[in-house]
Amino acid sequence: MTISLQSTPVATQPNWLDKIGAGHILLGIALVLYPLVASDFFLTQIGGYSLIFGMLGLSLMMLAGYGGMVSLAQITVAGIAAYCIAIFGDNNSHLLGFGWPWWIAAPVAILIAAIASSLIGWISVRTEGIYTIMITLAIATATFYFAQQNYAIFNGHSGYAGIRAPAFWGVNSRDPKAFYYLCLGFSVLAYAAILYGSRSTFGLTLQAIRDNPRRMRALGFNVTAHKVFAWFLAGIIGGLGGVLLVWFNGRVSPGTIGVDAAIDVLIIAVIGGLRHPIGPFLGALVVVLMQTFAIDLVGAERFNTLIGLVFLVIVFISPDGILGLWAKFKPNFSQESLRPGR
Amino acid sequence: MSILDRPSSSGISGGGVSRRQAWGLFWLLVAALVAWLVFAVWPDWLNAILISKKAFVSAILNGITLAGLYFLVASGFTLIFGLMRNVNLAHGSLYLLGAYIGYEVASRTGYWLLGVAAGFIVLAAIGVVMQVVVFRRLEGDDLRQTLVSIGISIVAADLMLAVWAGGTYQIAVPEWLDGAVTLPVITAVRSNGASVFLTYPFYRIAVLAAAIVIGIGLWLMLNKTRVGMMIRAGVDDRAMLSASGVNVHAVFAIVFAVGAGLAGFAGVVGGSALSVAPGEDIRYLLASLVVVIVGGMGSISGAAIGALLIGLAEQLGLVYFPTYGVVLTFIIMVVTLAIRPQGIMGKSR
Repeated sequence: MTISLQSTPVATQPNWLDKIGAGHILLGIALVLYPLVASDFFLTQIGGYSLIFGMLGLSLMMLAGYGGMVSLAQITVAGIAAYCIAIFGDNNSHLLGFGWPWWIAAPVAILIAAIASSLIGWISVRTEGIYTIMITLAIATATFYFAQQNYAIFNGHSGYAGIRAPAFWGVNSRDPKAFYYLCLGFSVLAYAAILYGSRSTFGLTLQAIRDNPRRMRALGFNVTAHKVFAWFLAGIIGGLGGVLLVWFNGRVSPGTIGVDAAIDVLIIAVIGGLRHPIGPFLGALVVVLMQTFAIDLVGAERFNTLIGLVFLVIVFISPDGILGLWAKFKPNFSQESLRPGR
Repeated sequence: MSILDRPSSSGISGGGVSRRQAWGLFWLLVAALVAWLVFAVWPDWLNAILISKKAFVSAILNGITLAGLYFLVASGFTLIFGLMRNVNLAHGSLYLLGAYIGYEVASRTGYWLLGVAAGFIVLAAIGVVMQVVVFRRLEGDDLRQTLVSIGISIVAADLMLAVWAGGTYQIAVPEWLDGAVTLPVITAVRSNGASVFLTYPFYRIAVLAAAIVIGIGLWLMLNKTRVGMMIRAGVDDRAMLSASGVNVHAVFAIVFAVGAGLAGFAGVVGGSALSVAPGEDIRYLLASLVVVIVGGMGSISGAAIGALLIGLAEQLGLVYFPTYGVVLTFIIMVVTLAIRPQGIMGKSR
């Protein structure tokens, strides 16, 4: 009786600041202010590049973390968008190049990438578990060889060059600051969409399918349709990353979508951690920093050995990547009384 | 699923031919057609469609020999995957490492056979080490095993690049395997009535023969020996095999040794027929992946069928639609997944 008198539960509606969380706000401010302190090199080669590869990793993290489907074809999806930009927009390789304005070419490219991603998904969800990684790797490799051999569409070995990032609203996005903010804007959008989507009905259904597909099927859910739709959504993010990537590089060639690149995306996602959408961005930052500065330590030639070893160590000691390491050490920093009993 | 997968012989209907007989007849007709295509002198219209008989028969022969190589690589891959659920994405690196080791040994000692033996033995030892030191620690976590194998393949590819650089090597074929043989296949008839016979490198025929012998040997090992019985039991139910008192870790190590050794062997043999260069590891990894997806995991006969399909598709594609050849491989994979997701000879579970 006393209990009911004591507290009348007020449904405290958390305001939007609480919803976002202090960590996100601090991170957001830091990222927005980053151009004030960073040089052009740090802005694009580190900042922009990490954000782009973070988005590619994010599309993999979404499939792997929420859907249980580890894909090696995310760079292929991104590459399809990149090639579409080169084909529909302008390039100076004297092949195709329809000259569409960017605001038509980019959405169309992303849509085509998303459809391609759904097709890849539709093929790979015919089987389950570890087969996905095999099938997507086979698709990624076959696409790479196809792009290399085919001159009519992909312009063979050399690919397309001379693709320029668009200038709009009086802002030239080739400018480092503008390009950084462009990448940051889309990354935040994709990140927020994934965070929101993971708690939506669809996101929860997808996670339930990951945990027990048979039960979900028995409950009347269309497991295949949910998985393929997840591939479609991942394709949108991957395609977006691909468009930014081709604007960043100014060129796209079979090397962009090679097996090395496909594995790089997986490495980024795994090093960062597949449990939370922030993981791929962390992983991308670590890998890009290593790519840039480890060359001074081990020389440009042996970089792959280093990254491979780092990857092996991460997989061995912490399957959840950097996020997993953080989760392991976090209790040690908290207040004595809050530490889990041991 | 199980209803669909019932053996076709059960579908006997009263009076007519059974499904099995119909399929038998179909395959007989296909075999007859192929035999006619290979041995008959082609009429002009056929030459017009298929470029020339020489191109066609050469493509088929090249496809079959390539299939032999693919089979050697993929049979190890499929056994390892079938038994240990370990998608060893470093399998292509094993092939390439075998080729480099074979090259070094063969060119330093001058004995090609020694190179082949070294390729097999060294890679078998490496396979055992990989299984015991790395993969056994992660048993039951197939995603982590696969990730680790990716890491190994990256490091291996980079270290091989450091040691052997980016150049292309060719392992010298010994004299007794060199040269060309004339096959009893008439490619054309000259205006003076003399027949032109097809010549083909003897070495490639020897590779094919070796692949067939090893294939039969593997089949015998799997079906007639005690170890083979354990391996087959392990493919079907690993936990049960372990519970019946078999030392599964020893079986795993044996299978890894055989699989990795075969990849190394194929590396030396393939490096003599084709060439050794960085990037070959990915090519053979792709072939192994597609062969296993098409053929079904853990099945030697499935690997043989898959390798044959992929080898033929690749070589025929190369001749008839050069820039779209890979698409053919791709289509075979997609069609198999659409009709039989578990692969042609795979068991549904």
